[in-house]
Amino acid sequence: MTGNSEKPLTERMRGDGSAVDLEAYELAGGYQAIRKVLRTGMIPMAVTEEVKTANLRGRGGAGFQTGLKWSFVPRGRDVPNPTYLVVNGDEMEPGTFKDRLLMERDPHQLIEGAIVAAFAIEADIAYIFLRGEYTLAAERLARAIAEAYERHYLGKDIFGSSYSLELYLHLSGGRYICGDETGLLNALEGKRANPRAKPPFPVVAGLFGKPTVVNNVETISCVPHIINHGAEWFNGLSKTKDGGTKLYGVSGRVKHPGLWELPMGTTAREILEEHAGGMRDGVKFRGLLPGGSSTPFIVEEHLDTPMDYTEMPKAGSRLGTGTMIVLDNKTCPVGMAWNMTKFFARESCGFCTPCWSGLGWAERILKSMEDGRGQPGDLDKLAFQAKMWSPGNTFCALAPGAADPLETSMKYFREDFERHIREHRCPWS
Amino acid sequence: MLTPEEIAEIEIEAGHYPKREAVCIDALKIVQRHRGWVSDESVRDIAEQLGMSATDVDSVATFYNLIFRKPVGRHVVMVCDSVSCWIMGYDRVKKHLGERLGIEHGQTTSDDRFTMLPIVCLGCCDHAPAMMVDSDLHGDLNPERIDSALEKYK
Repeated sequence: MTGNSEKPLTERMRGDGSAVDLEAYELAGGYQAIRKVLRTGMIPMAVTEEVKTANLRGRGGAGFQTGLKWSFVPRGRDVPNPTYLVVNGDEMEPGTFKDRLLMERDPHQLIEGAIVAAFAIEADIAYIFLRGEYTLAAERLARAIAEAYERHYLGKDIFGSSYSLELYLHLSGGRYICGDETGLLNALEGKRANPRAKPPFPVVAGLFGKPTVVNNVETISCVPHIINHGAEWFNGLSKTKDGGTKLYGVSGRVKHPGLWELPMGTTAREILEEHAGGMRDGVKFRGLLPGGSSTPFIVEEHLDTPMDYTEMPKAGSRLGTGTMIVLDNKTCPVGMAWNMTKFFARESCGFCTPCWSGLGWAERILKSMEDGRGQPGDLDKLAFQAKMWSPGNTFCALAPGAADPLETSMKYFREDFERHIREHRCPWS
Repeated sequence: MLTPEEIAEIEIEAGHYPKREAVCIDALKIVQRHRGWVSDESVRDIAEQLGMSATDVDSVATFYNLIFRKPVGRHVVMVCDSVSCWIMGYDRVKKHLGERLGIEHGQTTSDDRFTMLPIVCLGCCDHAPAMMVDSDLHGDLNPERIDSALEKYK
């Protein structure tokens, strides 16, 4: 914040794993963005415009333009109030471990981002929706929110302006589906987290039927820096057209699994080889899911694609959460597909038929292949099921997200699937 | 009957939402924090406190996996079975826990010390395989680390 850091999200984080406290955050220039906004009389649309120009795309995985989403919020005196901001801290995408770091290690960055974002959309109330298992993040966020209230950075008339905001922390009761935007809103209303039909979109009719913006933790954490240093600087951090840095992660059988803040658009090869140290001795790379278990596989030929929202679709995949899961040659691709499909089947909210019925069916087929009971024709059945889960056949993205890794694993590792059926066994077991 | 303490905690949360039903999940978690699980009686008490039907409260309670509608042991072991942990050895972790505790997922040890459950990705993928015991995260699991972790929970 003080300088023009290349790692604005993580530069203040401490080596000992403790949280950046309020004093340290302010010493590093924290809470200057919201001061700037409120003391220089920036209007909400000006903040929205700055974020739009910064090309900040939603870091939860969908990659929607954040400033554009904010601009859709109805404004003015005739709008039903309150307007809500909801920070999605329900990080549950398998293979994803980035928001936990931001919340545990620099909670004030998220809180300041939430205040600026709430001001930009003229919100009266903000919630941080946090998954129940993130107990350390809960403890640290609760403390940071209390500190921010004590200093009057939250509550009535922030920094002597006429702007007031209440911020509450909500701890979830579990279930992957709460990460879906509208499922989350139902959970926050105390209901079962079944996703809602869209339209209406949450920006118009969201939480309790009021205008609501839902943004991911990493997205919101970028906001103070955009206000402090400007949209041009933010765009300059990136190697591509999508602005900013990105928290990229690697898990699987690599030498150094981990998480790194790097320029948006860093290639998978660089992340895998330079930062994660390449594959462990004795195993070979076969493919990877670029951003959690809902993204399509990429293989060797795609590794030089810039990992951003614009370029990854050209490799037939998506950036997703940017935390990649690596498949090696000692791991069975059918077993991996079975694990993920079983996950999605379990986590289906049970509302749309292609999802609750089809995922269970596909899971049983994959299990039978692993058990040596695969039948000729199974791959066609799986392909048919995956097609039934495509967008438009279900309310939310859970089933389409289950189809992507399954279809691409059958595409890139087809021979392995066929061997299971032909040899009546799992060659890896 | 809800205790005065439980009611006080529920009412603090109620101040954060425009509708009392919205506190349902928080109320279930509050009761569970005090009692370990949520009984039929607690479901009815929460319903009464929030002006809801017991059926509505139960439909919410049974949806969320962190709400326990059956008694659990003194400590709950939640083992991540998502893909990164699966690649890094979930099956071995599960086998070791199962042999050591003598239970399967969903079961409680005969001394009521541990209940074992599967859990969605814990966001600990760079230290897979991982598990949570109560509110503590344990990563880089191998048989020795599992054994020493369990020792802490009596």
